[in-house]
Amino acid sequence: MSTVDTALLERHGLTPDEYARIVRALGREPAIAELGIFSVMWSEHCSYKSSRMHLRKLPTQGPRVLQGPGENAGAVDIGDGLAAVFKIESHNHPSFIEPYQGAATGVGGIIRDIFTMGARPIALMNSLRFGDLDGAEGARTRRTVEGVVAGIAGYGNSIGIPTVGGEIVFDERYAGNPLVNVFCLGIADADALVLGSASGSGNPVYYVGSKTGRDGIHGATMASAEFDDKSAEKRPAVQVGDPFMEKLLLEACLELMKTDALIGVQDMGAAGLTCSTCEMGSRGGAGIEIDVSHVPQRETGMTPYEIMLSESQERMLLCVKKGREADVERVFEKWDLHAAHIGYVTTDGIMRVKDRGVVVAEIPNTALVDEAPVYDRPTARPSYLDDVRRFDPAALPRRDARESLLTLLGSPSIASKRWVYRQYDHMVRTNSIVLAGMGAGVVRVKGTARALALSVDGNGRYCYLDPRRGAMLAVAEASRNVACAGGVPIGATNCLNFGNPERPETMWQLVEAIEGIAEACRALDVPITGGNVSLYNETNGEAIYPTPIIGVVGLLEDAGAALARPFREAGDEVVLLGEGHGEIGGSEYLKAVHGLVAGEPPSLDLARERALIDLMPRAAAAGLVRSAHDCSDGGVAVTLAECTFDGGIGLEVDLPAVADSAGDAVAAALFGESASRAIVAVRAADRDAFLKLAAAAGVPARVIGRTGGSRMTIRVAGAPAVDCGVAEAEHIWNGAIAAHFRRASA
Amino acid sequence: MKFSIVVFPGSNCDHDAYHAVKHVLGQEAEFVWHKDTDLKAADVVVLPGGFSHGDYLRTGAIARFSPVMAAVRAFAEGGGPVLGICNGFQILCEAGLLPGAMLRNRDLKFHCAHVPIRVEQTDTPFTLAAAKHQVLRIPIAHGEGNYYAEADVLETLERERRVIFRYCSPEGEVTEAANPNGALNGIAGICNERRNVVGLMPHPERACEPALGSDDGLVLFESVLTALAGEGALQS
Repeated sequence: MSTVDTALLERHGLTPDEYARIVRALGREPAIAELGIFSVMWSEHCSYKSSRMHLRKLPTQGPRVLQGPGENAGAVDIGDGLAAVFKIESHNHPSFIEPYQGAATGVGGIIRDIFTMGARPIALMNSLRFGDLDGAEGARTRRTVEGVVAGIAGYGNSIGIPTVGGEIVFDERYAGNPLVNVFCLGIADADALVLGSASGSGNPVYYVGSKTGRDGIHGATMASAEFDDKSAEKRPAVQVGDPFMEKLLLEACLELMKTDALIGVQDMGAAGLTCSTCEMGSRGGAGIEIDVSHVPQRETGMTPYEIMLSESQERMLLCVKKGREADVERVFEKWDLHAAHIGYVTTDGIMRVKDRGVVVAEIPNTALVDEAPVYDRPTARPSYLDDVRRFDPAALPRRDARESLLTLLGSPSIASKRWVYRQYDHMVRTNSIVLAGMGAGVVRVKGTARALALSVDGNGRYCYLDPRRGAMLAVAEASRNVACAGGVPIGATNCLNFGNPERPETMWQLVEAIEGIAEACRALDVPITGGNVSLYNETNGEAIYPTPIIGVVGLLEDAGAALARPFREAGDEVVLLGEGHGEIGGSEYLKAVHGLVAGEPPSLDLARERALIDLMPRAAAAGLVRSAHDCSDGGVAVTLAECTFDGGIGLEVDLPAVADSAGDAVAAALFGESASRAIVAVRAADRDAFLKLAAAAGVPARVIGRTGGSRMTIRVAGAPAVDCGVAEAEHIWNGAIAAHFRRASA
Repeated sequence: MKFSIVVFPGSNCDHDAYHAVKHVLGQEAEFVWHKDTDLKAADVVVLPGGFSHGDYLRTGAIARFSPVMAAVRAFAEGGGPVLGICNGFQILCEAGLLPGAMLRNRDLKFHCAHVPIRVEQTDTPFTLAAAKHQVLRIPIAHGEGNYYAEADVLETLERERRVIFRYCSPEGEVTEAANPNGALNGIAGICNERRNVVGLMPHPERACEPALGSDDGLVLFESVLTALAGEGALQS
């Protein structure tokens, strides 16, 4: 075994120390297949070795939590004997190398995580980050955007799961490393969740789904390294998706799960057969022995190493009750799928891999799982923070407020994403009661009166300026979004996108962000039920903004109470909830209008945020609110403008001045991004009842004007600030993204 | 009345059609697997939307060989009402039960949106409860809905009043701007010579409840119930 040299270890992404640990865990040198198995299981992507000790800080318990982190997805109780099963996951690295397939297989992977749990997937969302559409890398970015969007559409549309919401931000910091985070939610019987564990000596282990090919070998290792100019050479490590195959697999698995023939199910995602075999045995306290010669193979001459490390898509591993083999084979035959009996459960706790009867790998699960390295990596506060936070709003040149608003509405990060979501089937399954682009995604739960409101949010710029507060604000925004749709936040999932954790400055950002998420989730009573960490998001040493993305699930007892963004009728009262403090640090206004990324992100009073989040579902359920929209990017002016869109009902309001703002007080009032705020419209007749409810909840509420007409007329402290036709503003907002692609194809 | 909903591998609007028929209209609904050879005593047959066999080849090109299609053909030839929605329409075209074919949308992108369509003819079992030139707001969701037929076929369709739905403006005007995919003559749906087989790209099953943004699709289902109850004799 002296063939193991530094070059071989490097190709496997292992350090000499980690190799020594492998030798210690095995009590001998590993064979080549074993080295491959360790390399993927101990990759950052699979082992969370840099983040694991910090992830423990996240609150994961709650009265509704049925399944916390550690399984294929989390699950929360939504009443009526049902569970919502959901998770978010990244597919950043593959999407950079091959946008269409990278994004498509990201969608495929997260869908498998959900139906593996016995849930029927009913909704998808995504959170995307790209470079500037017309920056230095604009042409490349536009190709990436088109590829990623087409990939998400191609997979989700074909399999028939609606993409009901999401968010997209364009910033040059993501030009070399786009982010593709995908979220999926499914519904299961709460007492019939299927877990990814194998047990019962002699129980057969089945491989079902697509054949295994050479695609995606070492995908998990790739996802655990930085990129450079040669990254395109890693394209063979990206898998190719087949949504049709996954649709069959989904239907077959759900059909089989209705019987009681199964012990456990695990999808083959990152690290493929290796990870599923090891994790299923480990969770069940058992061993698994498989023979790779029984694995259906797409190519000839594949070695055990290749079969074990392949990340071919649309495959699952099933642990079946002995004697029920015929049930499995009958269902999979109906759906014309492979179901190969490749091994069985043992009692020795060992993952044993044979090739035509000859042992090629024999590793105790404990060695792979428990002995996996956990790093307490050094942290250091980055020095850039002092520079970027030094910021004097008084020194900013004054700009015309109307022009600034139109600039913001035409900025791709704020502009309508219709060009994108129009490509997603967001209505299939006929549950979408608030359509894409109209607020949080809201899907009804058929067979009940309930609905679920879903939102994914994050702000990398805030986190760059202050990762702790930025992460807290992401939790607050996602929770506020579902609350504004009428939902009570009941669970969350997170996707942590960061740079290289071996840099102390990056590690500091990661730890700060995790602690911020933990604090906000505790205060808002939203447990984290699972998620994903994506590190090494760097190209040529240039890291992305630290970007934690939070997905929140909210529950509406009455689907009929769901709220959307657009004003519904002229003559309603427009109410501003919360208070503005003129905080323009880190704002979209600073970036889009002044070209600055500076200052501190808005302050966050979690008690105030909680009060607003508690108020909104109650007001919605009481029927006191006609439409609602949370204030975030672009401040209250953008929020107000967006309320007039998709309905064409104008407004006339007078905003309060903000106290003690240095510099342009009008801009601060209009575009400052103070947290814990929302704009709601209420019928004049409901005004007093609503204000009373808000006061009782401890939420500042001020009637600032009325809906109506075809213009938006905004005053600040009585002085005219913005007067603009709704149609003109909406035209800019609607066309900003599409315009970049028309130009590209012309 | 009993609606049989054919499930091909890759169908994904089968549950939606089932829900609309069973839970909104309160009618009997049953899934029929594509390998089945009988339609389970159907009064109406629905070929739902989706991506049968992945539609990696031409849409519907493989589904037409499914064993169930012989029964669908016999049912259609016996005068039974058949509704093909989206992929179901594409399959009917591939099977030769309706003329023409669907090309990729002219901008090569998938489109999902509520669009207005105009009811052109009311003498089919799926439109007899609608008013002539009534505008329905119904979702489309397809990447290949750009209806194409040879000039003589198109001429025949128009002459025989077999264009049943056209894309239009909210006011009911058929214009190029209102055409989401480039379909010839703005065609959104057609029928066969006997007028009992109707195919359309828009999804009426997605527009059967106000909570979903429109219930304009109900009229197609109500029409067929009326037709079958014999309350509205077909005019020809």
